[in-house]
Amino acid sequence: MASIPLEAGLLLAAVLFIIGLIGILIRRNILFILLSIEILLNASGLAFIVAGYHWNQPDGQVMFFFILTMAAAEVAIGLALALLMFHHFKTLNIDHLTRMRG
Amino acid sequence: MNVTFYMAAGVAVIATVFVVISLNAVHALLFFIVSLLATSLIFYILGAPFAAMLVIIINAGAIMVLFVFAIMILNLGPHVAEYERPSVQPRMWVFPVILALILVGEFVYVFIQHGAGAPTKGAVEAKEVGVALFGPYVLAVEMASMLLLAGLLGAYHLGPYAINPRGETE
Repeated sequence: MASIPLEAGLLLAAVLFIIGLIGILIRRNILFILLSIEILLNASGLAFIVAGYHWNQPDGQVMFFFILTMAAAEVAIGLALALLMFHHFKTLNIDHLTRMRG
Repeated sequence: MNVTFYMAAGVAVIATVFVVISLNAVHALLFFIVSLLATSLIFYILGAPFAAMLVIIINAGAIMVLFVFAIMILNLGPHVAEYERPSVQPRMWVFPVILALILVGEFVYVFIQHGAGAPTKGAVEAKEVGVALFGPYVLAVEMASMLLLAGLLGAYHLGPYAINPRGETE
């Protein structure tokens, strides 16, 4: 089986991470920001999987499992907070959500 | 196998770019699901079948369904797309892209400087992952379960206020 070079896999993870980071920087809707955070978490998980493949160890997949757990908990709380913000401020626009004073 | 990897990588990158630049939230979700499927194929190619299944079941299955529910409840109209339109114009994203390209350049530079270690290749099956999870990593698994419990409790407490903020049905 022809092997994938480590550089290619990690470069793919870096490119996906960078795209998610650009998404966080340019979008103004909180739903898209949560989606971009999902992209970031997925890209970092991909980096762990690539490293685990390179060294033929299960630890990479173990770390990916933990990242997935964290992503699930984060997206549940994040979406609940986004719904709450929408009901309070009638918008999901983070430019209009900057006046949070408790 | 190499060709499959690079094609899946290209699909993942293109779909992720469309997630970031699409104006409609549902279109972005569909592109993200395509990206997740490509990522899952990459995981399978990289000898991680357990992680590939987890991506499809949890990420594409559960988390994306949560997003679909949120979009349905919020009912985002066309005015949101109109507001977002300026942020995906070139003058808005050219500066973040330059900063991001600097980061990619640093990454490539570090790799050229140091290189990769000697590889040991082969698939890591689900059994080995399970043995590792419930052997040396059992404390971390317990912590992950506590994190999920915290997420569950948080969503449970926030949920009623999010759906019905003033308790109007009482």
